[in-house]
Amino acid sequence: MRELLRADGLTKTFRLSKKQQMLEKTKAKIKVAADKVSFSAYEGEIFGLLGPNGAGKTTTLRMLATLIKPDSGDAFVDGSSIVNEPDKVRSKIGFLTSELKLEEFFTPNYLFDFFSELHGIPADVRDQRKKELFGIFGIDSFAEVKVSSLSTGMKQKASLAISLVHDPDIIIFDEPTNGLDVITAKVVTDFLLELKRKGKTIIVSTHIFSLVEKICDRVGIIIDGKMTACDTLEAVKDGMPLEDRFFEIYSAAVGEAV
Amino acid sequence: MKNAIFTIMKKEIFRFFGDKRMALTTIFLPGILIYVIYTFMGDAITNSFMPDAEYKPSLSVINMPESMNALLEAANFDIEICDEKDLDSIKQSITDSETDLCAVFPEDFDSAVAQYDPSGGTAAPNIEIYYNSSNTDGQTAYGTLTALLDSYESTMTNKFDINNTSEKYDLADEKDITGMIFSTMLPMLLLIFMFSGCMAVAPESIAGEKERGTIATLLITPVKRSHIALGKILALSVIAILSGASSTIGTVLSLPKLMGGATDGMSADAYNPGDYAWLALVIFSTVLLLVTAVSIISAFAKTIKEAQGYVSPLMILTMLVGVTGMFGGGIKHSIVYYLIPLYNSVQSMVGIFSFDIVPQYIGVTVAANLVFTGIGVFVLSKMFNSERVIFSK
Repeated sequence: MRELLRADGLTKTFRLSKKQQMLEKTKAKIKVAADKVSFSAYEGEIFGLLGPNGAGKTTTLRMLATLIKPDSGDAFVDGSSIVNEPDKVRSKIGFLTSELKLEEFFTPNYLFDFFSELHGIPADVRDQRKKELFGIFGIDSFAEVKVSSLSTGMKQKASLAISLVHDPDIIIFDEPTNGLDVITAKVVTDFLLELKRKGKTIIVSTHIFSLVEKICDRVGIIIDGKMTACDTLEAVKDGMPLEDRFFEIYSAAVGEAV
Repeated sequence: MKNAIFTIMKKEIFRFFGDKRMALTTIFLPGILIYVIYTFMGDAITNSFMPDAEYKPSLSVINMPESMNALLEAANFDIEICDEKDLDSIKQSITDSETDLCAVFPEDFDSAVAQYDPSGGTAAPNIEIYYNSSNTDGQTAYGTLTALLDSYESTMTNKFDINNTSEKYDLADEKDITGMIFSTMLPMLLLIFMFSGCMAVAPESIAGEKERGTIATLLITPVKRSHIALGKILALSVIAILSGASSTIGTVLSLPKLMGGATDGMSADAYNPGDYAWLALVIFSTVLLLVTAVSIISAFAKTIKEAQGYVSPLMILTMLVGVTGMFGGGIKHSIVYYLIPLYNSVQSMVGIFSFDIVPQYIGVTVAANLVFTGIGVFVLSKMFNSERVIFSK
């Protein structure tokens, strides 16, 4: 089993403004969003990053996607360092989060071509991929409709297809089914399994236990920026339902009964 | 990956021209509006300073001398002979714009004038003319009457004339007049038009993408930040130039009207293609610089609105620099001035419009602008790399 991604002590802190200090009910000026997060993901596996809101999942994924730089630590994507070779890392990964928006003025078809061109994909390969991805997500029916006129689900599907224009081996999804209706969510979940079958490495962050139990091979539980547990799904569950096990770990970490 | 610059340029330009409303308001409307407004202003100004030719000004005369009778009659005044005791009521009627003028001659004006000896040391006979300068017709009539009296005075003591034949004495040709007017007005206007062109597109493309969260989508592609910056700046410059060109055409076409009759024969034809080529070089390098500056400022802002606010000090500065082109009489002859951004462009344009082209100066201007743009692109790429800039909320 080939290790395709290794996070090695990723740490990220943010300065809190006065307003943020009030919101977070803290006097600390610095918030440690990710505290020495380490984990590995393997070829053909789905790795789930599980944790409550604000635990540091998105921060960790953003560091992996090279959108933000770690204060310390590093991660290696197929051998390329996110700190020293961000350009190389970006060509190897597909990153999808609800924060990455598509320009409302354009159509999914135009944007697919645009991002293919930025990735340097030859036209024939691009057309082949477009046909395939648009088919899977049913984008054909709204390929020529401006993004501004699309529903949330349609936008999410278009974003998903566009994040895969370069057929990356490593795919990072932040809350892949958030805000989707059950049917679209199922299409996405099935697609993730399909990608796994093709040998892709997938990292998803979520707080939905059922999703993790359904698709993940490995799971890392992040609480307050720290990787509290990280192993195969079976090992983390330790014979319990994931939800019960999670709260057990959570109570132990935070020090209060939930 | 050089291709990426072109891909991004293409997208920006398509984005702009695909949006009909945006293209219309940024490119076509400014030129049309400027033409209409300047033409209207020119007509209005001309009309308000050109009194009605048919109008017969009313003139009250007190102590009308013999000699003036025929003279004033011939000058198309509506004359009323009055008595000295009516003066106060006449003055009031001038203040109320009911009467245009009142001329009070000394008693026995004719004999007083005939007897007057300029070397005698006594005061000359004085004619008092009351008028109302806030009344255009009155003001004009005042001018006519004083000119009439002046010429009457000079006929009595005529020793020599000046330019009293039909010969053309003003030897300035069309080209000189055009050069003078254009070199005073156009450098400032062009700089302002270039700036508003940049303002119309750069905040939208940089701060707008940040505001809408689409810039991050671009930043997770393997494209180099410098290529993204360059692609955007080049595309925005093209659009800003088109917008500026539209305003310029509107201005050049309406300028003769705006300047009224003072500029008969003024025309942009006075410049040859070589002049325009120099101008194009200066404009292109200036727009690149302005777009880069506005883009950098926009990258600091979280929203388009904020960006427009941040840019306004730069706009005021640009206008001030533009105004320097209106004074100073000709171009500066020290190469150092051509290293100062914006000021160098104004000086170069003044040179071009006044037919005083010094290739070295323009060369230095363009080179300086390109170097500053290069530095700007570097700064903008660094900013695209900074999470604090891109994800500031």
